[in-house]
Amino acid sequence: MAAASPVEVEPTSTPEEITVLATPWVTIVWNDPVNLMSYVTYVFQKYFGYDKKKAEKLMMEVHEDGKSVVSSGSREEMERDVQAMHEYGLWATLDKQS
Amino acid sequence: MSGFQRHRRSQQVIATFTGFEADLLRSLEAQLVELLRNEAAVPRDDVDPFEALMDFTGPTTEPDDPVLQRLFPTAYPDDEEAASEFRRYTEGGLRDGKAAAAVTVIETLEDAGLPPELTEDGLMIDVELDEPTAETWMRSFTDVRLALATRLEVEDGDEEYWESLPDDDPRAQAHEIYDWVGYLQETLVMALSKR
Repeated sequence: MAAASPVEVEPTSTPEEITVLATPWVTIVWNDPVNLMSYVTYVFQKYFGYDKKKAEKLMMEVHEDGKSVVSSGSREEMERDVQAMHEYGLWATLDKQS
Repeated sequence: MSGFQRHRRSQQVIATFTGFEADLLRSLEAQLVELLRNEAAVPRDDVDPFEALMDFTGPTTEPDDPVLQRLFPTAYPDDEEAASEFRRYTEGGLRDGKAAAAVTVIETLEDAGLPPELTEDGLMIDVELDEPTAETWMRSFTDVRLALATRLEVEDGDEEYWESLPDDDPRAQAHEIYDWVGYLQETLVMALSKR
């Protein structure tokens, strides 16, 4: 087993830097003319564990507004979500939360 | 042709296809596998095993084929470097997953009695899928539909255009197949939502 060398906590980070580091990321699903409304709802329920009402609301946002923010969190988490959406054939991107 | 249903007692997702329909599905899935394995970005398996192990880089640029562009969208539209990195780490695995799903559909159909060459008239193919396999079919139908729609340049609200084409127009025929796979997928989603 490897041992991590002791790390000193940087007490010098400015509040601004901390805010930047904590900026949450979002996963955005975009509308496309192919995917069925029932399928998109199913994917949101299955993958994110959303209840039917929330999944349908997000699906309608994608359908009517052209896109919807479907999850938020760290950059790594959002990359996982985007990858999962691509597995399901949904058109997804990630971005910093605006 | 009534699409997929959830069998009440066994909870399996079931469907019956004519030999022609099963053969058509197999051919669509086989084309998808071909496409996914074709373009240079696919991880190579023909090289020295050690070299292959050491080569863990995936593609960093968008695929040329519009179908592949749609199947593997750019994750960071405004950040080329991050987009390349994301693609390098995800596209190989996504390709393998989609190809494996298509192969699952083909194998299920063949296990259910679809012969390598369809010659017999009146052949019926009954498929019984457990839930994970039904989900795999559902995902693969999405990929097939995305591929067909990209080739046909399907757009929102263009139903009238497709209906206006003469029946013998190959694009009209391809669009009918696209619609049919959509219908199958709709019934599959409904069957999976029921338990």
